[in-house]
Amino acid sequence: MIKVTIDNIEIEVAEGTTIMNAARQVGGKIVPPAMCYYTSLKGSGGKCRACLVKVAQGSAKDPRPMPKLVASCCTNAQDGMVVQNITSPDVVEARRGIVEMLLVNHPLDCPICDQAGECELQNFAFDHGLEKTRSDFHRREFDPIDIGPHIKLHMTRCILCYRCTMVADQLTEERVHGILWRGEKSEISTYIQKAVENDFSGNMIDVCPVGALTDRHFRFRNRVWYLNPMDAHRDCKKCSGKVVLWLRGEEVYRVTGRKDEVGEVKEFICNECRWDHFDVKDWKVEGPREMEKWSVITANKYSDEAVELPDELYSKLNNEKWNEFEGVT
Amino acid sequence: MSKKILLDKINIEGIKSFDVYRANGGYASVEKALKMAPNDVIEEVKKSGLRGRGGAGFPTGMKWSFLDKKSGRPKYLVCNADESEPGTFKDRYLMEFIPHLLIEGMIVSSFALEANLSFIYVRGEFRWIIKILEQAIAEAKRAGFLGKNILGTGYDLELVVQTGAGAYICGEETALLESLEGKRGLPRIKPPFPAVVGLYGMPTVVNNVESIAVVPWIVLNSGEEYAKVGTAKSAGTKLISACGNINKPGVYEIELGLPVEEFIFSEEYCGGIANGKRMKAVVAGGSSVPILPTELILKTAAGENRLMSYESLSDGGFATGTMLGSGGFIVYDEDQCIVRNTWNFARFYHHESCGQCSPCREGTGWMERILHSIENGHGKMSDIDLLWDVQRKIEGNTICPLGDAAAWPVASAIRHFREEFEWHVMEPKECMNRNYGLREKSIMSIA
Ligand SMILES: Cc1cc2nc3c(=O)[nH]c(=O)nc-3n(C[C@H](O)[C@H](O)[C@H](O)COP(=O)(O)O)c2cc1C
Ligand code: SF4
Ligand code: SF4
Ligand code: SF4
Ligand code: FES
Repeated sequence: MIKVTIDNIEIEVAEGTTIMNAARQVGGKIVPPAMCYYTSLKGSGGKCRACLVKVAQGSAKDPRPMPKLVASCCTNAQDGMVVQNITSPDVVEARRGIVEMLLVNHPLDCPICDQAGECELQNFAFDHGLEKTRSDFHRREFDPIDIGPHIKLHMTRCILCYRCTMVADQLTEERVHGILWRGEKSEISTYIQKAVENDFSGNMIDVCPVGALTDRHFRFRNRVWYLNPMDAHRDCKKCSGKVVLWLRGEEVYRVTGRKDEVGEVKEFICNECRWDHFDVKDWKVEGPREMEKWSVITANKYSDEAVELPDELYSKLNNEKWNEFEGVT
Repeated sequence: MSKKILLDKINIEGIKSFDVYRANGGYASVEKALKMAPNDVIEEVKKSGLRGRGGAGFPTGMKWSFLDKKSGRPKYLVCNADESEPGTFKDRYLMEFIPHLLIEGMIVSSFALEANLSFIYVRGEFRWIIKILEQAIAEAKRAGFLGKNILGTGYDLELVVQTGAGAYICGEETALLESLEGKRGLPRIKPPFPAVVGLYGMPTVVNNVESIAVVPWIVLNSGEEYAKVGTAKSAGTKLISACGNINKPGVYEIELGLPVEEFIFSEEYCGGIANGKRMKAVVAGGSSVPILPTELILKTAAGENRLMSYESLSDGGFATGTMLGSGGFIVYDEDQCIVRNTWNFARFYHHESCGQCSPCREGTGWMERILHSIENGHGKMSDIDLLWDVQRKIEGNTICPLGDAAAWPVASAIRHFREEFEWHVMEPKECMNRNYGLREKSIMSIA
């Protein structure tokens, strides 16, 4: 075991633990934000730079500070290391920059984005960003496309965290989508409009930190904060069958994997569980799911009863324009 | 004439061919090295004080000694011939005109590193050079310097030339290795370093063409002899590719420690500023290093003569100094627009960013757009501060040094030429009408 100090809190962790995971063992404010790292996905992390921290003391043996901020998700903690997360003005400043960078090309889609309310970028920007934008240049644009029967891709919202490609590599039989081009022109795409159709492809939606990959069966049908999340399970041959049902009344609006306190799905679910069982009777409902109330929009929202959507909001949907948005096949 | 180590035979008729090269003492270092113990060759290189010529200037001998030889896994040597840094064109010169020097260096270095399969990763645009290298390899092989049981010593070596597809980022050593493995050229997260986990996960050394090409001389003449050339901290000679508004652009071999002033103004080298103009600024080591105005490139802030060496060029840090970098020496005369030049560099980095990490992917584009609007007379005063802030948010926060390389030219241009940026903002009409020769020409050719 080794001793690390993060934001003045000393903890003992196993050797080989990253700074990020050491901080997660404590939890709370000292956990650096992660927009690309995903514990169960091998090779993830290092890309978004949201998790940069300052190493004020390298280790007990070599106490020199590290010259640059380091990505906490892929830097191992050392014995005697002293890390500053939110206690370092440099880190706060750099993170403000990362938010800004991630938003330079990001659309202002939140009002019409299904991810709103459970969006890691929203939360990240809310917690660490500036309250204004300094770029008034044209943002990059893409048309939303269907990648396969279940998933819609809004490339404009993608932050290129590479998580979905790793899910495809590590969970599904064959990856048929990936990143084309390079730099700012990089885009997620299927290989010549090939359909993503795979038993575990739906997990790409769950790992996507933003609203770039959305569930075509759920799109525009409801706001997540109006739904009641319920833990439920069924016997499944392909996966653990442990899911969250998102209910409104008796109706199942969507089925997702269970996200833990850092927003990661530990047990990925198969597409059958996700899309073939929209009847509550198919499930053994365990009870309401505990939700962290940290989100921009979820704050104070996940009460015992679902909040009813005001009627006037519905009436607005009654026009043709809105019907075009309907993404359900 | 100063000491020539790399280019001493460049003018010999037919030196490109194996026979002429061999007749002039070529491949003698292979004969010598293969009788030595591999680690003794590494010792020689360590003693020479040779620093990597690819840009970072990391001591080559030290890099070699980090190679994990103990685990018994296959080891690889990869030569970085991806030369794509704007302003740098020295490796290409070596490979085009004296290819056997690189092949000889590759054999000796591979032997020192106990590698039996080595690669030369050549920039995709250098098509003709690929042919030259492949021919040189075939000739060396025919003469028994490559292949199985070289010179009867029992040492086997295969050399493979691999071409890139023309991405600057594939010059970054880990992106190069990814590309060599047939993947997208994305830099890896370090550590682990290539010396431990490199090509196909095996211990690997990546070295620049020029670094490898000096090894034969070091083996033949000893490390001590090499260390006597140049300065204490910058041993040996260095190829400098000089371009811009000078009378004699070209590739020069200089002894490190040569005064910058002599390099620019003497007849032996650049021959002074072209068209009788005055010098305005210099980018001393390829587009990535900070640009310096005349007074700071000729003299350090302390008033000493600036020398062509690692330590003298970086004297004063980034506040008043720069870097030797890859030796791409670009000279600007008084007519050149720093804002336009900075925009041009920013455009390059925007285009070449691999897009893996957010500060570089988004920041390079943002900087280019701000610079484009300032250059075209749409800028605001606050844009200059914004630009400064954006580059600061990129620098040091990225996976690979391309982010830094994109930030430094912008930072140094604002640091040393802020008035010029302000002038663009205050006189938008004038800066639109200024004659760069380009705008008028393109308008006329369309009409
Ligand atoms: C964006 C980028 C581009 C690079 N391009 C080259 C290149 O074209 N040629 C080269 O030799 N080194 C290049 N380098 C440096 C290499 O990463 C590496 O440091 C070098 O090949 C090591 O060789 P050396 O020790 O002999 O200098 C580049 C680095 C970066 C970050
Ligand atoms: S992805 Fe997140 S930040 Fe982007 S539009 Fe959707 S909710 Fe808003
Ligand atoms: S689509 Fe989502 S998961 Fe995939 S790279 Fe983009 S943001 Fe990440
Ligand atoms: S700094 Fe730029 S080039 Fe390097 S890994 Fe990040 S995005 Fe790619
Ligand atoms: S979470 Fe560490 S870089 Fe993205």
